[in-house]
Amino acid sequence: MIWTPLDTWIVAAAAIAGAACALSGSFLVLRKMSMMGDAISHAVLPGIAVAFILTASRASGALFIGAALVGILTAVLVQIIRQYGRVDHGASMGVVFTVLFAIGLILIEQAAGQVDIHPEHVLFGSVELVPLYTIRVLGANLPRGVVVVTIALVANLVVFAALFKEFRLATFDPELATTLGVNAKLMHYLLMTLVAITTVASFEVVGSILVVAMLVVPGATAHLLTRRLLPFLTVAVVVAIAAAVLGHLAAIGIPPLFGFEDTSTAGSMAVVLGGLFFVAFLFAPEHGVVAKAFARIGLRVSILTQDVLGLLARVTEGTASTSTPRTTTDTLREYRRSPFRRRRSGLQLGLTLLRLRGLVRRRDGRYALTGAGRDAAAGILRTHRLWERFFFDEAGVDLSELHHAADYLEHYTDADLQGALSEELLRPATDPRGRRIPE
Amino acid sequence: MNVERLLRTLLLSDYNTRVVVFGTVALGIAGGVIGVFLLLRRRALLADAVSHAALPGVAIAFLVLVALGQSGRNLPVLMIGALVSGLIGMGCVIVVNRYTRLSEDAALGIVLSVFFGFGVALLGIIQKMRGAAAAGLDSFIYGKTASMIRSDALLIGVVAVVVLIGTTLLFKELRLITFDPDFAAGDGWPVGTLDVTLMALVVIVTVIGLQSVGIILVIALLIIPPAAARFWTESLRLMAVISGLIGALGGYLGTAISGMAPRLPAGAVIVSVMGAAFTVSFLFGSERGLVRVLLDSLALRRRVLNQNLLRALYECEETGCTDSADGQIHYLSTARGWSAPQLRRWIRRATRQGLLTTGENGCWDFTDHGRREATRVTRNHRLWEIYLLEHADVAAAHVDQGADLIEHVLGDALVAELEDVLADRDALPASPHSLLPANEARTS
Repeated sequence: MIWTPLDTWIVAAAAIAGAACALSGSFLVLRKMSMMGDAISHAVLPGIAVAFILTASRASGALFIGAALVGILTAVLVQIIRQYGRVDHGASMGVVFTVLFAIGLILIEQAAGQVDIHPEHVLFGSVELVPLYTIRVLGANLPRGVVVVTIALVANLVVFAALFKEFRLATFDPELATTLGVNAKLMHYLLMTLVAITTVASFEVVGSILVVAMLVVPGATAHLLTRRLLPFLTVAVVVAIAAAVLGHLAAIGIPPLFGFEDTSTAGSMAVVLGGLFFVAFLFAPEHGVVAKAFARIGLRVSILTQDVLGLLARVTEGTASTSTPRTTTDTLREYRRSPFRRRRSGLQLGLTLLRLRGLVRRRDGRYALTGAGRDAAAGILRTHRLWERFFFDEAGVDLSELHHAADYLEHYTDADLQGALSEELLRPATDPRGRRIPE
Repeated sequence: MNVERLLRTLLLSDYNTRVVVFGTVALGIAGGVIGVFLLLRRRALLADAVSHAALPGVAIAFLVLVALGQSGRNLPVLMIGALVSGLIGMGCVIVVNRYTRLSEDAALGIVLSVFFGFGVALLGIIQKMRGAAAAGLDSFIYGKTASMIRSDALLIGVVAVVVLIGTTLLFKELRLITFDPDFAAGDGWPVGTLDVTLMALVVIVTVIGLQSVGIILVIALLIIPPAAARFWTESLRLMAVISGLIGALGGYLGTAISGMAPRLPAGAVIVSVMGAAFTVSFLFGSERGLVRVLLDSLALRRRVLNQNLLRALYECEETGCTDSADGQIHYLSTARGWSAPQLRRWIRRATRQGLLTTGENGCWDFTDHGRREATRVTRNHRLWEIYLLEHADVAAAHVDQGADLIEHVLGDALVAELEDVLADRDALPASPHSLLPANEARTS
């Protein structure tokens, strides 16, 4: 793998296009209209085709105007069909973008003989060719593709910076925005225009289908990582840029490992984006699958150990602390209210975990609470019996049903709630059955 | 010059044309029929994700074939690859949907673009492989209808028959899970299995459509015909039939037109024809079409105006302000706030319809038919007013407005019920409030 200045330009074009797409795409994701990005990116095809045929050139102002017009047309048509035809939103998008795409495909095929345009370039982009076409800007020879996506990025930055508050309001609370005088409909069509312009600017680099990946995936990844808008946009842009760099590296680096030649940068960028999304899907600190699984396991472990602690305390209640432990696992299992009477697993695990924490000691297969264990167990018994008191006194729950209600709540009661409960019940000394509530 | 060619295609003169038309028509029917359920379950775009997700499967199947020393253009194997990766894509949509807080369309967008990108990256590798003819693979992206051969068309035909038989046999069950899945589940129907069956049929139709119309446009076959059919009927059975017919028409005409000139990709032409059928249906559909809806609302507005006019004239007569046309106009315009020119226009229309006639001293009077209608309308209005007064405790000053809103839509059954409740069967009750305009009521 050899890195040349050409590669630098390719990555620069892809990264800038990605950042521009990530910005407008983030708002699409937040407004739950990701597929509108898909629809617009397909539907701009006839706009591109007509602009090509009329001006016989690629990067021209006509292209942007054509695209912006078709972008708005798409949004308007979808809205009309949905509103007046009472057609489901997804289906009305499907109707509009497939028909427009079909018309665009016919136009391009018809023009293919006369104009330098091929469906492949429009669909998949040709980022590899970006460094080949240069134009002079401010006295320097720059690849035209890079200039075009930079303009799109600047347009995105300017619009979102100028209307940040308005977009935030219209995105998260359209009703409030309307009340405060922000025209939510105008914001909607402004965003659609921006998406169309960004899509057209980027299609030369990534093509009209992979641009969907750049619009949707960075925003979706950010959605898993943060809830605040500014960090959200930052994460999305960083993800897009990272995907550009890694995607190009993968495109020129990975296939040779298997004896193939290099492959499409745009395609690998989409794959890398998918990979980054998958990583966030698994490992996002709060919403990731792994974090959620750990949180669930942690909760179950804490419930298990509390159950075992409480059980040990009840079994040994009333007996004086002795140096020789007398409680066996069988005793614990067969205790009248033992949660382990039918469940075979868990007890041993709970005891082991408690021993590791120094709350329980074992000698000759018999168990006893340590000093610290007694304190912890007393806290659990206290919470349990306070809740029993509460349900009996305040809610009139039957004696026979007290245990279950208290058993559930004791795991979710912290010190503050325990104190408040005790104050509320005027610091009772015993539970409804007359057993002592430990301090 | 090409009319002859168009005719030749339309009349199926050539063997090749017959094969292609058979294939596209069968595809149109299958897509149209199964698409109905997809559309009504609001899952139209799921098919889009599935079709895009099929690309890497095609590419991987091709690579495997080449690695095994076979020709990469073994269509059944490529289609199995497409099927498997399409199903994996659908699974991914469901997983992302279930385990994240992202909306469904974000999940669709992620899956379709990432899978497609993977497919493009694999195609990039294949195109640069030495010796391996990658030609033919891009037909999966744009579709190559014209290159359809007999075995392709037969495969599509078989799938179409399977879809038709499947939907016919499972029609009742599919209808149930389409309109009320919760009820179906509560009633003991295997909703999950039926749903999987439906989606499996959708995926199969999508995959066989890939090669002829291409990844991007294949969902048009599943979405546009049902969406167009929806404008013509409220019955599911009829909708499926119409949708299948529109699909068939699109396949037939699209293939024929694409044969007229070079460089007309058949898939795109088929979709354009279907788009035209959709536009016609959207505008002129007999059930929900735009023109029909507008005409209905116009007719309703006219009927309401007419009824208001008749009742106002009737009340005018009751209060005795009928000595001159000017007196009538004065009463009506002060009582209802209508302008004189408006009133004269409406009265002319009612006269044309045989409800009113010009009596002595230029006054307007009811015809027999008009009087019956006016009595009926006034009676309905007053029955409702009295009902509001006696049973809903609405103040006398407000009953007029309440009754105004509802009187035009009171059906016979409801009027009969009102008569029962109010026990005032035949007579026309007197108005519970003054009929004079507010300012005159005060002075009198």
